[in-house]
Amino acid sequence: MFGTELQLTLLLLIPGFGALVIAFVPSRKIHLLRGTSLFFTSLTFLYSLLFFTHFDPGAETMQFVQKVPWLNVGVLHIHYHVGMDGISLFLVILTTFLMPLTILASWGIEKKVRPYMFFMLLLEVGMIGVFVSLDLILFYIFWEITLIPMYFLIGVWGGKRRVYAAVKFFIYTMAGSLLMLAAILTLYFFNEAQNFDLVEITQRLSLNQIILPFPVELLLFLAFFLAFAVKVPIFPFHTWLPDAHVEAPTAASVILAGVMLKMGTYGLLRFCLPMFPSASAALAPAISLLAIVGIIYGALVALVQTDVKKLVAYSSVSHMGFVVLGIFAFNLQSIEGATFQMLSHGLSTGALFLLVGMLYDRRHTHLIQDFGGLAHVMPRLAAFFMFIMLSSIGLPGLNGFVGEFLILQGTFLEHAGRAAFAASGIVLSAIYMLWVYQRVFMGAVQNDQNRTLTDLNFRETVILVPIVLLVVWMGLHPSTFLRRMDTSVQKVVDRIEQVREPQIYRVEYRGH
Amino acid sequence: MVLEHFWILILFPLVGAAMNGILGRRFPHPVIAWLSCSTVALSFLVALLSFYNFIRLPEDQRILTHHLFTWIQSGNFISEFSFLLDPLSMVMILVVTGVGFLIHIYSLGYMAGQSGYYRYFAYLNLFIFMMSVLVLADNYLLMFVGWEGVGLCSYLLIGYSFEKRTAGDAAKKAFILNRIGDVGFLIGVFLIFRTFESVQYLTVFQAVSEQFAVMGTEFGVLGAITLLLFIGATGKSAQIPLYVWLPDAMEGPTPVSALIHAATMVTAGVYMIARSAPLYSRAPETLFIIAVVGISTALLAALIATVQRDIKKVLAYSTISQLGYMFLAMGVGAFGAGVFHLLTHAFFKALLFLGSGSVIMALHHEQDLFKMGGLRKYLPVTFYTMWMGALAIAGVPLFSGFFSKDAILWKTFAAGNEALWLMGVVVAGLTAFYVSRLMFLTFHGGERSEKHHQGAPDPSPKEPSWSVTLPLIILAGFSLLAGYIGLPSYLGNNRLEEFLAPSFRFQFSGQAASAMEHAHLTEVILTLVTLAVAFLGFALAYHFYIKNPQVAERLANRFPWLYSLLRRKFFLDEIYDWLIVGPVQRISRTILWKGMDVHVIDGLVHGTASLMQAWSHRVKRIQSGYARLYATWILGGALLILFYYYWISP
Repeated sequence: MFGTELQLTLLLLIPGFGALVIAFVPSRKIHLLRGTSLFFTSLTFLYSLLFFTHFDPGAETMQFVQKVPWLNVGVLHIHYHVGMDGISLFLVILTTFLMPLTILASWGIEKKVRPYMFFMLLLEVGMIGVFVSLDLILFYIFWEITLIPMYFLIGVWGGKRRVYAAVKFFIYTMAGSLLMLAAILTLYFFNEAQNFDLVEITQRLSLNQIILPFPVELLLFLAFFLAFAVKVPIFPFHTWLPDAHVEAPTAASVILAGVMLKMGTYGLLRFCLPMFPSASAALAPAISLLAIVGIIYGALVALVQTDVKKLVAYSSVSHMGFVVLGIFAFNLQSIEGATFQMLSHGLSTGALFLLVGMLYDRRHTHLIQDFGGLAHVMPRLAAFFMFIMLSSIGLPGLNGFVGEFLILQGTFLEHAGRAAFAASGIVLSAIYMLWVYQRVFMGAVQNDQNRTLTDLNFRETVILVPIVLLVVWMGLHPSTFLRRMDTSVQKVVDRIEQVREPQIYRVEYRGH
Repeated sequence: MVLEHFWILILFPLVGAAMNGILGRRFPHPVIAWLSCSTVALSFLVALLSFYNFIRLPEDQRILTHHLFTWIQSGNFISEFSFLLDPLSMVMILVVTGVGFLIHIYSLGYMAGQSGYYRYFAYLNLFIFMMSVLVLADNYLLMFVGWEGVGLCSYLLIGYSFEKRTAGDAAKKAFILNRIGDVGFLIGVFLIFRTFESVQYLTVFQAVSEQFAVMGTEFGVLGAITLLLFIGATGKSAQIPLYVWLPDAMEGPTPVSALIHAATMVTAGVYMIARSAPLYSRAPETLFIIAVVGISTALLAALIATVQRDIKKVLAYSTISQLGYMFLAMGVGAFGAGVFHLLTHAFFKALLFLGSGSVIMALHHEQDLFKMGGLRKYLPVTFYTMWMGALAIAGVPLFSGFFSKDAILWKTFAAGNEALWLMGVVVAGLTAFYVSRLMFLTFHGGERSEKHHQGAPDPSPKEPSWSVTLPLIILAGFSLLAGYIGLPSYLGNNRLEEFLAPSFRFQFSGQAASAMEHAHLTEVILTLVTLAVAFLGFALAYHFYIKNPQVAERLANRFPWLYSLLRRKFFLDEIYDWLIVGPVQRISRTILWKGMDVHVIDGLVHGTASLMQAWSHRVKRIQSGYARLYATWILGGALLILFYYYWISP
């Protein structure tokens, strides 16, 4: 199958077929349901590795492409167009990598296992679809598909205020994406080819075959940007995140933080920058300001949380601020760093939610004050938490550092001040993480309920070990990843340069 | 043969750390100990062999690099994982592995029977690995790996007894204050790359020696780079204003204090500046700031050390003070002299710490100086060796500290900084005072230990095992002898400076050699002045704590504000809490979280929702179910449309 046109479609079909199978397994057979899901997600992961090995780092165009006409309704030409480049490749693999781990982490789910597993697999289809779609309508459909399973995962299997959190999550995101839909349709009217093909539109835009007046470009950019900003989330569109995370079951939190937030930054990188470079450049200072505010604000609010899960959620706001900052510095290092940071954050924050979930499974609480001294009773969990914490606060040699460093170094080359302000996030992240670690794991055991907790079991260790190995690999040999991103990121940078250069000439002309 | 592969010395402790860290809980204690010590011993052996081969090389070939793999590459940014062996890193790696090995041996005795034995040795090995990376790195970013890595080990080891609240607090404080410095360092690295398009030492130094061949007069990019890197150094090497973590770090086990918080890690800042001498020597403003910060720290810390009651706290402040001397040396451009003091200090301060550890063990973890006394007859080895260390730090002639401290003071004076020199002399006096006070209170006078009078079955303190005393004896030997590699010019050759010369070859050499360089007579006179002041300090301590023990108390009562100012370390911790920690927490909680997030943003979100709801309630009344009302609405609508087409846009 690999090497044919269908190779990427198959990646969508495997989990999709898995979901179908799940639907026919009797709902009483919990173990069979779990096993089936684990099988299909693992299969998807192994299959996705083929894309890694077959990826050509030097190729200028999209790879593993399949493009067929899908809906031709009169003048509407919608294609089924999928493909990958160096930016989407690793996001897809991150998704397929995290899925089996989250299934393993869902062993605690005992009610309504069948729909749960069904939604998980459906979610995987949606997320992979988002990262491989190259047609705007197709992208929009996958984008919306991810909403539904996540809505149910939070709303049915969540905590006490799950309905509030699920509705808030849904409406917040929906409001953003409706704007995006409007923008997609508007863009259509400027496109004489009357299609929604991202590759084609981008190319025609850069050749000035599609001419967007600047105010229109600005409005379109803003519509897309808002949809993505809610997802990332960029300050001040972030208040759905803490609620969603606190109420979501562990697996949903992991996927939300690990993958779905990256859909936002991926969207910025894939759609906003290449399609609307002038608007991106014009608004970059304002967006960078929001990013820096997010970095500092997220960290400061994380500092004073009383709930571990909420703390990790706010830390995401801070870490994702770095990604946005890097993207809008329009520099090879900064964007490559941002892409790398997406992966790093997916791993380390995903792992943090897994660990918090393991604590919750034992103690049924997220409140920091209920813990204390856990390193005595759960040395292994404490060690894993320490390790992931170090990755999250960007200790050099582990994955978090590489992304943050490249973002800041790249940003510094363009705008030293922005980088200097953002760098304060490095101190703040150490403060809130070390403080929560101290309150949860250090000290003496005060609460009697904590005395009898059991350490990590075999299943939980199996979940964490692959993450730890990848954290080290990404930290020590980031070239594996960066090398494959180079060409694709360079293309984005070139696109921005294309619209910025004439301005420089103008300034020079005026000077003479 | 060995020389090309010098870098393998970093691998042994890494393997030790990994094995003990992952499997250590299942190992019996002797296995853990054997594994840990042997890996460091192997490292030390490789370092010695490298040194042996290294000095056989002609001077101009004494720079070796070994490339392992490319670490981070993105666009034109490259940071390699490669190592550099030159005279400076040679000296450092010998100290790190040598002193590190002795302290591993010491730990065998000190940590015997402690819970978490494997954890301790795993961290200690990891520290040696990270410190070796820091010292051997061939570029700034790889140095930063070691730089933060040693900070991590310090965090882990300070918090070794994590069940104690104070240990957790101290560990966290150390890491965070170091992080603040690290951000400065990191921004410095950004600026280095922006300026030189490389972070590799040799490329940067080559470029700087070409681009900045003439000393600039204004504060330029080099000033900024060097100042930013120095901010990193104030964190790691505990200088004003970030020094407050080091005294608290004494929560860690004593061998850790000796290795990390005295001999090696805290000197990383000094090493970094010496390493960057080509940059610093071209940034006179930064050098001046460093000199002032260094000597101020030295003075402040020495003052505080004179009133501390905890034996380890005295030594901690003493370390801060001695590091201040090293920074003074850096600041007056005497990089060699600073490294010299770093070296001798590593021996005598490690010795003093290990000696204090021996005392603490013998007294069952008593650290209060005023509950010691008269221990000389119980702990003879500790007593004699510690006095060697004390004489060295006090700068008594023929001991190592004398030569290195004097080199710094002389270079300071010769560079024309008489005021700084004078402060340095005062610090020398204070040093002699606090170290004699420590020794008198511990070993001389009457026995004040409370535990003696409680009729315990084994009241008399005993000298611990060989693993504790052997390192003491060896370090005492070095404290006595290490000074002879750096004799002052009126006595002979300064072999250390000669050895280090190739490392400083890109240093700015435009300054005319000071006319005072060879003024032997002045140098001798100044040395005598320093000695006189130091003797005064010693005599005062003798008077206060041996002859009239009540005088000190009376003085404290006479000047209570001064005493408490010193005891409370100039209230710097309180000021930081009051000025930064408290407000940040309050603002984050009340204004940002509860205010901005919960009220403003979510208020808007919920407000939109309830607005919609309110409107829906009104609009839904239209759907009343009465057909006649619907008919009215239809009629009204039709009329409006007609109105529009007839009158507004016909």
